[in-house]
Amino acid sequence: MKILRKYRLFISSLIILSVVFILNKEIGMNSVKTTYKSFKQMMFYIPPVFILIGLLDVWIPKEAMVHLMGEKSGILGIILAFLFGSCAAGPLYGAFPVAAVLMEKGAKFTNILIFIGAWSCAKVGMVLFEIANLGMKFAMTRLLIDIPGIIIIAFLVSAVTSDSEKKRIYDDAENL
Amino acid sequence: MNKILYIITALLLVLSFVRDKTKTKKSLLKAWKSFSHVLPMFLGVLVFVGMIISIINVELISKFIGSESGWIGTLLAGVFGTFAMIPSFVAFPMVKIFLSNGAGYMQVGAFLSTLFMVQLASIPLEIKYFGKSVTILRNIIAFLFSFIVANVVAVVMGVVI
Repeated sequence: MKILRKYRLFISSLIILSVVFILNKEIGMNSVKTTYKSFKQMMFYIPPVFILIGLLDVWIPKEAMVHLMGEKSGILGIILAFLFGSCAAGPLYGAFPVAAVLMEKGAKFTNILIFIGAWSCAKVGMVLFEIANLGMKFAMTRLLIDIPGIIIIAFLVSAVTSDSEKKRIYDDAENL
Repeated sequence: MNKILYIITALLLVLSFVRDKTKTKKSLLKAWKSFSHVLPMFLGVLVFVGMIISIINVELISKFIGSESGWIGTLLAGVFGTFAMIPSFVAFPMVKIFLSNGAGYMQVGAFLSTLFMVQLASIPLEIKYFGKSVTILRNIIAFLFSFIVANVVAVVMGVVI
Protein backbone atom coordinates (compact mmCIF):
# COMPACT_ATOMS: atom_id res chain seq x y z
CA MET A 1 0.00 0.00 0.00
CA LYS A 2 2.80 2.39 0.90
CA ILE A 3 4.55 1.75 -2.41
CA LEU A 4 1.28 2.25 -4.26
CA ARG A 5 0.84 5.61 -2.54
CA LYS A 6 4.41 6.64 -3.25
CA TYR A 7 4.03 5.85 -6.92
CA ARG A 8 0.49 7.19 -7.36
CA LEU A 9 1.52 9.98 -9.75
CA PHE A 10 3.50 7.54 -11.89
CA ILE A 11 0.68 5.01 -11.91
CA SER A 12 -1.93 7.60 -12.88
CA SER A 13 0.37 8.89 -15.63
CA LEU A 14 0.63 5.35 -17.01
CA ILE A 15 -3.16 4.97 -16.95
CA ILE A 16 -3.60 8.25 -18.87
CA LEU A 17 -0.88 7.15 -21.28
CA SER A 18 -2.78 3.95 -22.04
CA VAL A 19 -5.93 5.99 -22.70
CA VAL A 20 -3.92 8.19 -25.09
CA PHE A 21 -2.69 5.01 -26.78
CA ILE A 22 -6.24 3.76 -27.30
CA LEU A 23 -7.37 7.13 -28.68
CA ASN A 24 -4.38 7.75 -30.95
CA LYS A 25 -1.67 5.18 -31.46
CA GLU A 26 0.74 7.62 -33.11
CA ILE A 27 0.63 10.16 -30.28
CA GLY A 28 0.94 7.29 -27.82
CA MET A 29 4.09 6.01 -29.52
CA ASN A 30 5.54 9.53 -29.67
CA SER A 31 4.79 9.99 -25.97
CA VAL A 32 6.71 6.84 -25.12
CA LYS A 33 9.62 7.95 -27.29
CA THR A 34 9.76 11.43 -25.75
CA THR A 35 9.43 10.04 -22.25
CA TYR A 36 12.28 7.66 -22.94
CA LYS A 37 14.40 10.53 -24.26
CA SER A 38 13.77 12.71 -21.21
CA PHE A 39 14.32 9.68 -18.98
CA LYS A 40 17.74 9.25 -20.55
CA GLN A 41 18.40 12.96 -20.05
CA MET A 42 17.35 12.69 -16.42
CA MET A 43 19.53 9.64 -15.80
CA PHE A 44 22.44 11.64 -17.15
CA TYR A 45 22.01 14.46 -14.65
CA ILE A 46 21.01 12.43 -11.65
CA PRO A 47 24.34 10.85 -10.59
CA PRO A 48 26.37 14.08 -10.40
CA VAL A 49 23.55 16.24 -8.99
CA PHE A 50 22.73 13.86 -6.16
CA ILE A 51 26.36 13.06 -5.38
CA LEU A 52 26.97 16.81 -5.11
CA ILE A 53 23.96 17.11 -2.79
CA GLY A 54 25.47 14.41 -0.60
CA LEU A 55 28.91 16.03 -0.57
CA LEU A 56 27.37 19.43 0.17
CA ASP A 57 25.49 17.91 3.08
CA VAL A 58 28.52 16.26 4.60
CA TRP A 59 31.26 18.81 3.97
CA ILE A 60 29.67 22.25 4.28
CA PRO A 61 29.27 22.99 7.99
CA LYS A 62 26.00 24.54 9.01
CA GLU A 63 27.76 27.59 10.48
CA ALA A 64 29.38 28.36 7.12
CA MET A 65 26.06 28.20 5.29
CA VAL A 66 24.34 30.34 7.93
CA HIS A 67 27.14 32.86 7.57
CA LEU A 68 27.08 32.88 3.75
CA MET A 69 23.37 32.54 3.00
CA GLY A 70 21.62 32.76 6.36
CA GLU A 71 19.37 35.40 7.95
CA LYS A 72 22.12 38.00 8.25
CA SER A 73 23.88 37.30 4.94
CA GLY A 74 22.46 40.40 3.21
CA ILE A 75 23.50 41.19 -0.33
CA LEU A 76 26.31 38.61 -0.29
CA GLY A 77 23.70 35.94 0.40
CA ILE A 78 21.56 37.12 -2.49
CA ILE A 79 24.51 37.13 -4.89
CA LEU A 80 25.71 33.71 -3.73
CA ALA A 81 22.21 32.22 -3.98
CA PHE A 82 21.89 33.56 -7.51
CA LEU A 83 25.33 32.36 -8.60
CA PHE A 84 24.78 28.98 -7.03
CA GLY A 85 21.49 28.54 -8.91
CA SER A 86 22.86 29.75 -12.21
CA CYS A 87 25.82 27.36 -12.06
CA ALA A 88 23.42 24.44 -11.87
CA ALA A 89 22.62 22.06 -14.67
CA GLY A 90 19.47 20.08 -15.35
CA PRO A 91 15.74 20.64 -15.11
CA LEU A 92 14.03 22.65 -12.37
CA TYR A 93 12.80 19.63 -10.46
CA GLY A 94 16.44 18.87 -9.67
CA ALA A 95 16.59 22.14 -7.74
CA PHE A 96 14.11 21.12 -5.04
CA PRO A 97 16.25 18.44 -3.33
CA VAL A 98 19.19 20.87 -3.36
CA ALA A 99 16.96 23.54 -1.84
CA ALA A 100 16.05 21.11 0.94
CA VAL A 101 19.72 20.65 1.84
CA LEU A 102 20.23 24.44 1.81
CA MET A 103 17.29 24.80 4.21
CA GLU A 104 18.71 22.12 6.45
CA LYS A 105 21.97 24.08 6.55
CA GLY A 106 20.19 27.26 7.58
CA ALA A 107 20.04 29.32 4.39
CA LYS A 108 17.56 32.18 4.47
CA PHE A 109 14.14 31.59 2.87
CA THR A 110 14.44 34.44 0.35
CA ASN A 111 17.86 33.13 -0.67
CA ILE A 112 16.40 29.66 -1.24
CA LEU A 113 13.74 31.20 -3.50
CA ILE A 114 16.39 33.22 -5.35
CA PHE A 115 18.36 30.02 -5.83
CA ILE A 116 15.24 28.32 -7.28
CA GLY A 117 14.59 31.31 -9.53
CA ALA A 118 18.14 31.40 -10.86
CA TRP A 119 18.06 27.66 -11.46
CA SER A 120 14.78 28.01 -13.36
CA CYS A 121 15.74 30.73 -15.80
CA ALA A 122 19.29 32.00 -15.51
CA LYS A 123 21.51 28.94 -15.77
CA VAL A 124 24.79 29.71 -17.50
CA GLY A 125 24.54 26.78 -19.92
CA MET A 126 20.99 27.72 -20.74
CA VAL A 127 21.81 31.36 -21.48
CA LEU A 128 24.73 30.33 -23.71
CA PHE A 129 22.43 28.05 -25.65
CA GLU A 130 19.84 30.80 -25.87
CA ILE A 131 22.44 33.19 -27.32
CA ALA A 132 23.36 30.56 -29.91
CA ASN A 133 19.74 30.08 -30.96
CA LEU A 134 17.98 33.40 -30.49
CA GLY A 135 20.84 35.90 -30.44
CA MET A 136 22.67 37.97 -27.85
CA LYS A 137 20.05 40.73 -27.74
CA PHE A 138 17.14 38.42 -26.96
CA ALA A 139 19.03 36.39 -24.37
CA MET A 140 20.49 39.41 -22.57
CA THR A 141 17.14 41.20 -22.48
CA ARG A 142 15.49 38.20 -20.90
CA LEU A 143 18.34 37.71 -18.44
CA LEU A 144 18.45 41.38 -17.39
CA ILE A 145 14.73 41.52 -16.69
CA ASP A 146 14.73 38.08 -15.03
CA ILE A 147 17.43 38.94 -12.47
CA PRO A 148 15.45 41.67 -10.66
CA GLY A 149 12.29 39.62 -11.28
CA ILE A 150 13.68 36.60 -9.46
CA ILE A 151 14.73 38.71 -6.48
CA ILE A 152 11.40 40.58 -6.28
CA ILE A 153 9.41 37.33 -6.52
CA ALA A 154 11.54 35.82 -3.73
CA PHE A 155 10.90 38.74 -1.39
CA LEU A 156 7.20 38.91 -2.29
CA VAL A 157 6.62 35.21 -1.63
CA SER A 158 8.63 35.36 1.59
CA ALA A 159 6.78 38.46 2.82
CA VAL A 160 3.37 36.86 2.33
CA THR A 161 4.37 33.54 3.89
CA SER A 162 3.87 33.34 7.67
CA ASP A 163 6.76 32.44 9.97
CA SER A 164 4.98 29.31 11.15
CA GLU A 165 4.58 28.13 7.55
CA LYS A 166 8.29 28.78 6.92
CA LYS A 167 9.19 26.86 10.04
CA ARG A 168 7.04 23.96 8.89
CA ILE A 169 8.78 23.94 5.49
CA TYR A 170 12.22 23.98 7.14
CA ASP A 171 11.21 21.20 9.53
CA ASP A 172 9.95 19.10 6.65
CA ALA A 173 13.20 19.64 4.75
CA GLU A 174 15.10 18.08 7.62
CA ASN A 175 12.98 14.97 7.45
CA LEU A 176 13.39 14.45 3.71
CA MET B 1 29.21 21.75 -20.66
CA ASN B 2 27.67 18.52 -19.39
CA LYS B 3 30.99 16.73 -19.16
CA ILE B 4 32.23 19.48 -16.85
CA LEU B 5 29.53 18.55 -14.33
CA TYR B 6 30.79 14.96 -14.27
CA ILE B 7 34.44 15.97 -14.07
CA ILE B 8 33.82 18.37 -11.17
CA THR B 9 31.72 15.79 -9.33
CA ALA B 10 34.33 13.08 -9.81
CA LEU B 11 37.13 15.37 -8.64
CA LEU B 12 35.22 16.43 -5.53
CA LEU B 13 34.26 12.85 -4.78
CA VAL B 14 37.89 11.67 -5.03
CA LEU B 15 39.03 14.61 -2.92
CA SER B 16 36.37 13.81 -0.34
CA PHE B 17 37.38 10.14 -0.30
CA VAL B 18 41.05 10.96 0.21
CA ARG B 19 40.26 13.34 3.06
CA ASP B 20 37.71 11.21 4.91
CA LYS B 21 36.36 7.82 3.93
CA THR B 22 33.50 7.60 6.42
CA LYS B 23 32.28 11.10 5.57
CA THR B 24 32.31 10.17 1.89
CA LYS B 25 30.33 7.04 2.61
CA LYS B 26 27.84 9.13 4.55
CA SER B 27 27.53 11.58 1.66
CA LEU B 28 26.81 8.80 -0.83
CA LEU B 29 24.19 7.40 1.51
CA LYS B 30 22.58 10.84 1.68
CA ALA B 31 22.72 11.07 -2.13
CA TRP B 32 20.92 7.74 -2.41
CA LYS B 33 18.33 8.73 0.20
CA SER B 34 17.49 12.02 -1.57
CA PHE B 35 17.32 10.23 -4.89
CA SER B 36 15.04 7.40 -3.81
CA HIS B 37 12.84 9.98 -2.17
CA VAL B 38 12.09 11.86 -5.40
CA LEU B 39 12.31 8.99 -7.91
CA PRO B 40 8.59 8.07 -7.88
CA MET B 41 7.65 11.69 -8.54
CA PHE B 42 10.32 12.03 -11.25
CA LEU B 43 8.92 9.06 -13.14
CA GLY B 44 5.37 10.38 -13.07
CA VAL B 45 6.44 13.84 -14.18
CA LEU B 46 8.46 12.39 -17.07
CA VAL B 47 5.53 10.43 -18.50
CA PHE B 48 3.25 13.49 -18.30
CA VAL B 49 5.86 15.65 -20.01
CA GLY B 50 6.32 13.06 -22.74
CA MET B 51 2.60 13.09 -23.46
CA ILE B 52 2.35 16.89 -23.47
CA ILE B 53 5.25 17.31 -25.88
CA SER B 54 3.77 14.69 -28.24
CA ILE B 55 0.41 16.42 -28.40
CA ILE B 56 2.01 19.78 -29.28
CA ASN B 57 1.80 20.84 -32.93
CA VAL B 58 4.39 23.47 -33.90
CA GLU B 59 2.69 24.99 -36.96
CA LEU B 60 -0.68 25.28 -35.30
CA ILE B 61 0.87 26.93 -32.29
CA SER B 62 2.83 29.44 -34.38
CA LYS B 63 -0.49 30.56 -35.84
CA PHE B 64 -2.06 31.03 -32.42
CA ILE B 65 0.86 33.05 -31.08
CA GLY B 66 1.54 35.08 -34.23
CA SER B 67 2.98 38.59 -34.03
CA GLU B 68 -0.49 40.00 -34.78
CA SER B 69 -2.19 37.98 -32.07
CA GLY B 70 -1.70 40.72 -29.46
CA TRP B 71 -2.51 40.21 -25.80
CA ILE B 72 -4.66 37.18 -26.40
CA GLY B 73 -1.82 35.46 -28.22
CA THR B 74 0.56 36.44 -25.43
CA LEU B 75 -1.79 35.07 -22.80
CA LEU B 76 -2.17 31.85 -24.83
CA ALA B 77 1.61 31.57 -25.14
CA GLY B 78 1.96 32.06 -21.39
CA VAL B 79 -0.61 29.38 -20.64
CA PHE B 80 1.02 27.09 -23.15
CA GLY B 81 4.42 27.57 -21.49
CA THR B 82 2.87 26.73 -18.13
CA PHE B 83 1.52 23.41 -19.32
CA ALA B 84 4.55 22.44 -21.37
CA MET B 85 7.67 21.12 -19.74
CA ILE B 86 10.34 21.18 -22.35
CA PRO B 87 14.06 21.15 -21.57
CA SER B 88 15.78 24.38 -22.63
CA PHE B 89 17.94 22.66 -25.23
CA VAL B 90 14.72 21.72 -27.02
CA ALA B 91 12.86 24.93 -26.22
CA PHE B 92 15.27 27.40 -27.84
CA PRO B 93 15.47 25.67 -31.23
CA MET B 94 11.70 25.18 -31.02
CA VAL B 95 11.15 28.90 -30.41
CA LYS B 96 13.38 29.63 -33.39
CA ILE B 97 10.98 27.52 -35.47
CA PHE B 98 8.00 29.32 -33.90
CA LEU B 99 9.51 32.67 -34.86
CA SER B 100 10.22 31.62 -38.44
CA ASN B 101 6.63 30.37 -38.65
CA GLY B 102 5.34 33.82 -37.79
CA ALA B 103 5.20 33.84 -33.99
CA GLY B 104 5.75 37.23 -32.33
CA TYR B 105 8.54 38.21 -29.92
CA MET B 106 6.12 39.26 -27.20
CA GLN B 107 4.32 35.92 -27.42
CA VAL B 108 7.54 33.93 -27.52
CA GLY B 109 8.87 35.93 -24.55
CA ALA B 110 5.81 34.98 -22.50
CA PHE B 111 6.09 31.36 -23.58
CA LEU B 112 9.76 31.00 -22.61
CA SER B 113 9.30 32.80 -19.32
CA THR B 114 6.39 30.68 -18.11
CA LEU B 115 8.05 27.58 -19.51
CA PHE B 116 11.06 28.12 -17.26
CA MET B 117 9.48 29.64 -14.17
CA VAL B 118 6.03 28.08 -13.97
CA GLN B 119 5.95 24.33 -14.31
CA LEU B 120 2.60 22.78 -13.81
CA ALA B 121 3.94 19.26 -14.20
CA SER B 122 6.48 19.62 -11.39
CA ILE B 123 4.07 21.36 -8.99
CA PRO B 124 3.38 18.14 -7.03
CA LEU B 125 7.11 17.83 -6.45
CA GLU B 126 7.46 21.49 -5.51
CA ILE B 127 4.60 21.15 -3.00
CA LYS B 128 6.44 18.26 -1.41
CA TYR B 129 9.37 20.55 -0.65
CA PHE B 130 7.76 23.98 -0.25
CA GLY B 131 4.21 23.27 0.83
CA LYS B 132 1.03 24.27 -0.97
CA SER B 133 0.78 27.98 -0.27
CA VAL B 134 4.38 28.90 -1.17
CA THR B 135 4.26 26.78 -4.33
CA ILE B 136 0.99 28.25 -5.55
CA LEU B 137 2.04 31.78 -4.67
CA ARG B 138 5.42 31.49 -6.38
CA ASN B 139 3.88 30.07 -9.54
CA ILE B 140 1.13 32.70 -9.76
CA ILE B 141 3.54 35.61 -9.25
CA ALA B 142 5.99 34.09 -11.75
CA PHE B 143 3.13 33.67 -14.24
CA LEU B 144 2.16 37.34 -13.95
CA PHE B 145 5.81 38.42 -14.06
CA SER B 146 6.20 36.55 -17.37
CA PHE B 147 4.00 39.14 -19.06
CA ILE B 148 6.34 41.90 -17.94
CA VAL B 149 9.17 39.88 -19.48
CA ALA B 150 7.11 39.50 -22.66
CA ASN B 151 6.54 43.24 -22.87
CA VAL B 152 10.17 44.17 -22.32
CA VAL B 153 11.36 41.57 -24.85
CA ALA B 154 8.82 42.90 -27.37
CA VAL B 155 9.95 46.50 -26.88
CA VAL B 156 13.66 45.69 -27.09
CA MET B 157 13.37 43.33 -30.05
CA GLY B 158 10.89 45.63 -31.78
CA VAL B 159 13.41 48.45 -32.03
CA VAL B 160 15.56 46.42 -34.39
CA ILE B 161 12.90 45.12 -36.75
